Amino acid sequence: MQKEYTVTVYTEDRIGITNRITVIFTRRGINITSLTTAETEIPGVYKFIITVLSEKAKLEKIVGQIERLIEIHRAFVHEEDEVVYQELALYKISTKALQNGNIEQLIRENNARILTLTDEYFVLEKTGHQQELIDLQAKLAPYGLIEYSKSGRVAIVKWSRRFHDHLKELSALRPDNLKEAKYGNAEVSAEEESI
Amino acid sequence: MQQKDVLPMKPEPTEKRAATTAPLNITGSEAVIRSLIAEGVETIFGYPGGAIMPIYDALYDFQDQVHHILVRHEQGATHAAQGYARTSGKTGVVFATSGPGATNLVTGLADAYMDSTPMVCITGQVAAALLGTDAFQETDVIGITMPITKWNIQVTRPEDIPGAIAKAFYIAGSGRPGPVLVDITKNAQAAKFDFKYEKCEYIRSYRPVPVMDKDAVAEAAELINSAKRPYILCGHGVLLAGAEKDLIALAEKASIPVASTLLGLSAVPVDHPLYVGYLGMHGNYAPNIKTNECDVLIAVGMRFDDRITGDVSAYAKQAKVVHIEIDAAEINKIIKADVAVHADAKTALQALLGLVKPAKHDEWIQGFREADKQEEEKVTKKELYPTEGGLKMAEVVRLISERTEGKAVLVTDVGQHQMIASRYYRFKDPNTNITSGGMGTMGFALPASMGAKVGTPEKEVVAVIGDGCFQMTLQELGTIYQSEIGVKIVILNNNFLGMVRQWQQLFFDKRYSSTEMVNPDFVQIAKGFFIPGRKVTDRADIAAAVDEMISHKGAYLLEVVVEKEDNVFPMVPAGAPIANIRLE
Repeated sequence: MQKEYTVTVYTEDRIGITNRITVIFTRRGINITSLTTAETEIPGVYKFIITVLSEKAKLEKIVGQIERLIEIHRAFVHEEDEVVYQELALYKISTKALQNGNIEQLIRENNARILTLTDEYFVLEKTGHQQELIDLQAKLAPYGLIEYSKSGRVAIVKWSRRFHDHLKELSALRPDNLKEAKYGNAEVSAEEESI
Repeated sequence: MQQKDVLPMKPEPTEKRAATTAPLNITGSEAVIRSLIAEGVETIFGYPGGAIMPIYDALYDFQDQVHHILVRHEQGATHAAQGYARTSGKTGVVFATSGPGATNLVTGLADAYMDSTPMVCITGQVAAALLGTDAFQETDVIGITMPITKWNIQVTRPEDIPGAIAKAFYIAGSGRPGPVLVDITKNAQAAKFDFKYEKCEYIRSYRPVPVMDKDAVAEAAELINSAKRPYILCGHGVLLAGAEKDLIALAEKASIPVASTLLGLSAVPVDHPLYVGYLGMHGNYAPNIKTNECDVLIAVGMRFDDRITGDVSAYAKQAKVVHIEIDAAEINKIIKADVAVHADAKTALQALLGLVKPAKHDEWIQGFREADKQEEEKVTKKELYPTEGGLKMAEVVRLISERTEGKAVLVTDVGQHQMIASRYYRFKDPNTNITSGGMGTMGFALPASMGAKVGTPEKEVVAVIGDGCFQMTLQELGTIYQSEIGVKIVILNNNFLGMVRQWQQLFFDKRYSSTEMVNPDFVQIAKGFFIPGRKVTDRADIAAAVDEMISHKGAYLLEVVVEKEDNVFPMVPAGAPIANIRLE
C-alpha cells in the first residue's frame, strides 16, 4: 500500500551524489516529494532526507541499491512513527492585512512568527508538519497572501544512536584520497597526509 | 625523458617503492600512463581523438611496457576489454576521446555493469574552462554514464589523476566487480605536477568485502543437512570469486546436483557427474523443472534474472532458499531468501564445506537423468544428429566442442546461436564462456573475442556469431588483422534475426516484421581484411571445415549456412512459470 515514508541517506561530500541517489527512484518511476540535504554533526558526512509516497517493500530494495553506491555510507527507510520531523514554511503577506485585528490572533494561534516587516509586505515563519503548514496557507489566503514557500522535511531518527556512534568512528578514519583534491586546499591535504 | 627510468614501472611495482621514491615532475598525461603501469596494466584497447591526444602522446614513450590495441570503434574497445577481463581475471582498460568517443562507450559500460565485469575507461574531455559551454566534442559523459557505471569521476587538475586512477582500479576490481569511468580534462592532461602513486586500498564509505555472518552459514548448513532434495544454482559470482573448486567440493560432499546460469557456465565441467545442465528460458529441461521440485535451493553468486525465474510467483515456492551473494542489493530483490549469506562465494562455500555433512541423494539426482531423457528424445537428438534438411546450429557447435575438447574459450553473441552454443558446448575449464548475459548486446562477440584472445593467448578462442550480430561490429576485423589476433570466427548464418523471428513465429502469428536479412558474402568481407575463410552449406563438408579452421594459425572465418527457420527449444515463454517449459 502507498504511504508516505522518510528515506535517510548518509553520504560522502561529492559532486553528483544527488543525481546518483535520485536516479534510483526515477528508474522505478517513484516521485520524490521532498528532499533536504545538509552536513551532519560529523564533518564531511552529509545526510539526505527524502520523502516519497510508495510501498515499503519497494523502498527497501531501493535503499539496497542506494547503499551499493560507492560514496554512500548507509541508507534507511523509516515509517512515520520512527522519525521526529518538521518542515518550515514562509508566507509573504501584504502589510495592509495587519490592519485587520484577526490576523494577529491567527499568527499567535498557529505559533507562527514575523521574520521581517516592510511597508509593503511582512514575512511569516512557521514550522510544523506539512498539513499544518498548508492549513495556515489556506487561512492566510483571505488576507492577501503574496507568496508561500515550504521546505522539505528535516528529520531525526528515534533509534539513530548506534548508527551515529558508528559514523563518529568513521570520521576518525581518513576520508578517501580525493577528498583534499576537491577543495584544492593545500592545508587540508597536508593535515590529512599526517593522519 | 630520462625521468622515465627513475620510477620502477614494471607491471608489478610495489606501491611502497612508488611511494618512497622522490616525486617526478611530469604532465598529467604521463601520470595517466605511469599510474596504469603501476596498476599492472599491460594492454589497453582504445581509439584516439582530439581531447585525449596528450595521453596518446605520452603513451608513445611507453610502447615497450603497455600494448595499445587500436580498435575500429569505441564500442569494440569496451567489449574487447570485457573479453580480456573475463579470461585474464585482470581489469580491462579502455581509452576514448570526448564527445562521440565517450558516448560510443555507453553500450559496453552498460553491458559490463550488468555482467559484473571489471573495466576502467579513461576518456579525454575538453579543457576545464570550456566545461558546460557546448564546446566542440564536449559531452556530459559523467552524467550519461552515472547509472551504468559502478563509479565515475571527472578530473580537472593533474594532481588528482593518480588518486582517481587508484580509486578506479580499486572499485572496478573489488567486491562485485564493475566498470568505472575516469574523465580527464585536456588541461589536466597537459599541466605538470609532482607525480606520486599510491594504490587505493580502502574507501571509508565502501565495503567490498562483507563481514560474513557465521550464524547465517550455520543456518544454511543446517538446511542443507536436513534437505532431501538439495539443489545448487551456480552463477557468475562463483567464477568471479574463483570458487569453482569449492563449489564442486561442496556438491560432491553432500551429493548435490548443480545447474548453471548463462554466465555461470564453465565453472563446473559439463561432464561432471553432478552437473545437471544450464538454466533459463532456453536452458535444459531438467534443471528448469527441478527448480520447482527441490526442497532446498542453494543459489550461489547469481541474481535470479527474469530469464531464469520466469514468473516469480510460481518459482521454487516449495523450496527453502539459501542465497549466497556478495552484493547485498541482490538479496531479497527478486526471490526472498530464507537464509541469506552475504559474502563472497569462495568465503561462504569454504565455510559451508566444513559444516555440511556427507549425504547421498541418488534418487533425486536420478530424477534429473530421467527428465534429461525427455529432452534428448524431443530436442537434443534432432538437433545433434539430424539426417536431413539444412545444417543445424547445434551440430556445428558440438563439432567445435569435440574438436577443441571443450577447452576453447567460447565467445558468443546474442540470440539463437548464443543459446545453442551455451547448450551444446561441453565446457571443461573455468572462465571459458564469454557472453553478454544481462544486456544481451548484439555485436558483443567479435570484439570480446579479441580481448579474450589477448587475455589468454595460449588458448584457442572461438567466437560463435549470428549473421545479424556479426554485422553490428564487423569493422573489428580490421583490428584483428592489424593486431594479429588469432581468433576463430564462426558465423552461423540463417539469414534471419533468428531469435526475434522465433518469437514472431510463436507469439506474433508468423508476421516476420523486419527480421529477414539479405546478407553480404562474409568470406569475401574477411578476405578484404586479409583474413582467410570458408563458407560451408553442406553437412558433408562441415567436419573438414572445422578442422581446417582449428588447425589454421591465426585468425580464420568460417561461415556456416544453417537451417533458415529453426527454433531453439526448450523454451519458457517470457513471464510464464517455468513449469510451462515447452519442449517443442
